[in-house]
Amino acid sequence: MPDFPGKGLFKGLGVTFKTMLEPNVTVQYPHEKEAPPTRARGVIALKEENCTVCMLCARSCPDWCIYIEGHKDKAPPRREGGKPRTVQKLDRFDIDYSLCMYCGICVEVCPFDALFWSPEYEYSEVRIADLLHDKDRLGEWMKTVPEPPPLEVGATPAKGAKK
Amino acid sequence: MGHLLALDLTAYWATTTIKVLVVLGLIPAGALILGYVFLLKMMSFMQSRLGPMEAGPYGTLQLVADGVKFLQKEDIFPDRADRRVFALAPVVVLMSTFLLYMVIPAGPRLIVEDLDTGVIFALAVSSLSVIGVLMAGWASANKYALIGALRAAGQLIAYELPLVLAVVGVAIQAGTFSLQGIVHAQAEGSIFGIGAIGNPFILTQFVGFVLFLAAAQAELSQTPFDMPVAESELVAGYMTEYTGFRFLFFFMGEFGTAFALSAIGATLFLGGWYLPGVHGTLADVVGPLVLGAKIMMVAFLIFWVRFSYPRFREDQLQAIAWKFLIPISLVNILVTGVLKVVVK
Repeated sequence: MPDFPGKGLFKGLGVTFKTMLEPNVTVQYPHEKEAPPTRARGVIALKEENCTVCMLCARSCPDWCIYIEGHKDKAPPRREGGKPRTVQKLDRFDIDYSLCMYCGICVEVCPFDALFWSPEYEYSEVRIADLLHDKDRLGEWMKTVPEPPPLEVGATPAKGAKK
Repeated sequence: MGHLLALDLTAYWATTTIKVLVVLGLIPAGALILGYVFLLKMMSFMQSRLGPMEAGPYGTLQLVADGVKFLQKEDIFPDRADRRVFALAPVVVLMSTFLLYMVIPAGPRLIVEDLDTGVIFALAVSSLSVIGVLMAGWASANKYALIGALRAAGQLIAYELPLVLAVVGVAIQAGTFSLQGIVHAQAEGSIFGIGAIGNPFILTQFVGFVLFLAAAQAELSQTPFDMPVAESELVAGYMTEYTGFRFLFFFMGEFGTAFALSAIGATLFLGGWYLPGVHGTLADVVGPLVLGAKIMMVAFLIFWVRFSYPRFREDQLQAIAWKFLIPISLVNILVTGVLKVVVK
């Protein structure tokens, strides 16, 4: 199209007209559901046995929506005749999803792979207090966590990883 | 004699009542149609979304639901408002809309009052709404409302001129100010001797049509001319303090006027109710539908521009009217006049 004064005005009208004729992107949510991408940030799942109550997630949380309580416990020694080991036992692990902003820093920062993203997103509640998920509820989400992506060819598997 | 007069009076009151009721029904109906088709649906599609879908099939009842919501709201007066003026302002605005419908023909005989000066009457009456807007802004005792009202007054007065001047070209070509006469002129006209589709004035008065659309856009204070209700600076301009059914009146006034101005545009430039090949009583039946379709075309242009452009600055807005639209419309009148004399 050659240049003439006011060309942009017509271009703008063209954009809106074209968009009007194109199919729109809205998904009618309660009636039809969108399949989120596998790695979508829907909800955070907790793998309780991996947690060492190190508090890194709670401290890195920008809106302080993770509540952790734990206590020291004795565990049987690794070798026969050894000293009983001291382990951290998790008493409470709550995430308040009414505060969570889904930044994922807690998942990133967890050194023991206890937190995972799950693509599930349908957990809205009538009462805001019910958005506080305790460690059992967070553990339930583990079932929905997708398998980690396969390692590249020739990569060394993680220590202690299942074959 | 006395008996006859009484009969005439009864007939007069009966027809008048019918006319008033039809127009009273037309304003909300027109506002609802424009609001649903353009404000809710077309804007949504232009923004790649669906718009309301839940109230009624495809959200058709959304505006009805909104209207009911407005009716349920408390009728609030600001503490220091001028109560009587405040209450009257929306009525004045709606009254101007109501009067606009008086002269719009929907068929050879379907017209409330075929005035000889129909166009002039319509444009004069449409500027009545300025008074209502000023009343609303002044009586609200709110500085944003007042600023909005003054902006609206400045804008409506500035764009009144190109609106009238754009119409003058049509009037010159048709040789009449009566809207019914202008429709007939288009129906019986011919372009270069070909009269199959008559002569819709959009072909010969295209400049006038563009001027009319631009000025109508400003008269309706639709974006890009929505300085009076610029929500990012003035909350809602002169409507800031209004709630409930009074706000609904303003809303209906806005869209009712949009409907009426589209109808006037359709009548002046697209041939009004005239459809080639339809005459007599049939035209009275088909006429309103034809006019309705043409109204939708004009309204589509108005709302298309509204949803595409950002807002003008106040000085740009005045400059466009005084330095651009008015000179062009004066030239348009001159050329039309000369051609009328030369060609005829």
